[in-house]
Amino acid sequence: MSTTLVHGDPPSRSTSNTANRAMKSQPNPVKRPRTGPMADRIFGWVAKGAAVTALVLLIAILTSLTISAWPAISKYGLSFLLSTTWDPVKDEYGGLVMIYGTIATSFIALIIAVPVSFGIALFLTELSPSWLKRPLGTAIELLAAVPSIVYGMWGLLVFGPVLATYVQQPLQAAFDGVPYLGAFVSGPPVGIGLLSAGIILAIMIIPFIAAVMRDVFEVTPPLLKESAYGLGATTWEVVYKVVLPYTKTGVIGGIMLGLGRAIGETMAVTFVIGNFNQLDSLSLFQAANSITSALANEFAEASEGLHQASLMYLGLVLFFITFVILSCSKILLSQLKKGEGKKT
Amino acid sequence: MKISFARAALPVAITSVFGFVGLAGAQEITGAGASFPAPIYAKWASDYNKATGVKVNYQSIGSGGGIKQIDSKTVDFGASDAPLTDEVLAKKGQLQFPTVIGGVVPVVNIKGIAPGQLKLTGKLLGDIYLGSVARWNDPAIKALNPTLALPDSAIAQVRRADGSGTSFLFTNYLSKVNPEWKSKVGEGTAVNWPVGAGGKGNEGVAAFVSRLPNSIGYVEYSYVKQNKMTYAIMQNSAGAFVAPDDLTFKAAAAGADWSKSFYQILTNQPGNDSWPITGATFILMHTKQDKPANATETLKFFSWAYKNGDTTAAALDYVPMPKSVVAAIEKAWGDIKDTAGKPVAFK
Repeated sequence: MSTTLVHGDPPSRSTSNTANRAMKSQPNPVKRPRTGPMADRIFGWVAKGAAVTALVLLIAILTSLTISAWPAISKYGLSFLLSTTWDPVKDEYGGLVMIYGTIATSFIALIIAVPVSFGIALFLTELSPSWLKRPLGTAIELLAAVPSIVYGMWGLLVFGPVLATYVQQPLQAAFDGVPYLGAFVSGPPVGIGLLSAGIILAIMIIPFIAAVMRDVFEVTPPLLKESAYGLGATTWEVVYKVVLPYTKTGVIGGIMLGLGRAIGETMAVTFVIGNFNQLDSLSLFQAANSITSALANEFAEASEGLHQASLMYLGLVLFFITFVILSCSKILLSQLKKGEGKKT
Repeated sequence: MKISFARAALPVAITSVFGFVGLAGAQEITGAGASFPAPIYAKWASDYNKATGVKVNYQSIGSGGGIKQIDSKTVDFGASDAPLTDEVLAKKGQLQFPTVIGGVVPVVNIKGIAPGQLKLTGKLLGDIYLGSVARWNDPAIKALNPTLALPDSAIAQVRRADGSGTSFLFTNYLSKVNPEWKSKVGEGTAVNWPVGAGGKGNEGVAAFVSRLPNSIGYVEYSYVKQNKMTYAIMQNSAGAFVAPDDLTFKAAAAGADWSKSFYQILTNQPGNDSWPITGATFILMHTKQDKPANATETLKFFSWAYKNGDTTAAALDYVPMPKSVVAAIEKAWGDIKDTAGKPVAFK
């Protein structure tokens, strides 16, 4: 955590003089020769090597992805990103359906997961009776340990039918014939599609975001909170004006961690998204596809040549999306930091 | 075409344990490819290991992967659900032969309809998957099933999301019997489906159809049997309506002319009893062998399987190859030669 303590208390000057004198009267420590300079150097190399390995791996992955995707890149260029055709029979490929699916499901997941995680973290740090904190916190951490395939199976076998029967069909009946809204909830009443994938993703990333938020909320110095309460602030005001500004780096980091997981999630999504490579409606209930899901489903049987290259191209696009999101979060953080100084 | 991970993996695991413990240093051959026949290959391998001590290691990685692996000669045999054409084989210097037969079966979930009651034709099945027949009480469906009470609700089409041999047989059949399907969609292990939701694997499609009212899907025959799904009966090219079982699959296989080429896609075969969406699964081997000893062991294994593996195949709901076809296969094996041009022995 790199947040600097803006309202921090100054280093205490009230240390008693006696203590100061005692420190001074102590003899200087005997200078010892550095033991094992060789060991230190080797340790340094190993650490540096580990860091370089990560960088080399990243570049190697990027290079090999680009090389394998080259037939598709040279044939389609950037128009690949805007085409919705995905036809292995006619050997024509475009990635818009999957890119849209990946972004839309992650977006839905964030819309649901961020407020819920915030609520969880807030409850755990500010409101919960202390006997409940531990079991609740552990339960949320356990949610993070559930394998994604379990979420996928659960989404397909349990959640999908429930969503179809109790949400989708009533909504479709209510909005039948209503322009725009009707189209927004159209689609086969199967309970799989963008919305269910987004909800399953939200459930999967809530524990991550909530755990990070709770941890950073907990490090807010009680002094700050007590002071705010002392000035007559309500719980909400304390959280909004003291805890959140103090922990924003951590909170945004937690959200990004969740978003990264949502974008890269494969198994759970492929079960509930419907794997449908057409983009003919923007309905929340329309079966769709995501980049990871397309890769998982088609790679094993993809014919060599353009089909495989296009799948690789999709992988490259996913790489790029993740990169852009990370950069955006960094920019956002630096903007927030700039704002800090202006506060009175 | 995955049957079930546990069924596929267990015998492999058992074989590998036996192989490591009891028979270290024994002859070992490897193969990779199609997931549809993986359970039977694994069972054969474990039985063969017990009988002869030779270890057969089969990796179920999908037909596409199997073709890649045999091309790069990292395995002794590759396996594919879709046959390669003779020209492609000649160019690659490979030989293919069928091992077992399976069928793809349309399954439905309509309230009040029992297995084998709903009649479908290939043309109608294609129209349903094109979306042009979109409701169960469509006149075209009613005309075929005048006595059934079909609901006035939308058809939810379910298909495979992953590239698979099941989809290849299904789309190949639809292309043969529905001209509109052929021009708009075509055939392949993965196609550009105009409508419907995709389930992952046979189990995904089976789960969708079982859970979803008014849905239709297609799965491997063993899934119909194991999950007691509501299958539809299909009209074959002779005009008869047939139910899917080992007899109708066998009838379809018998109708093909295996003597000239093993490139046989058994969909829409002639014969009164032929199930229309039938297909064999294939083994690929190089005709010129760098490692003739391994080729010998591979051929011995399959020769043993044709001779002794029929009951195990039937127990796992596969249809063994007819004896006449086996004779033709063993004759074709004469083309597999070592680097000196001498045919590889297998007897």
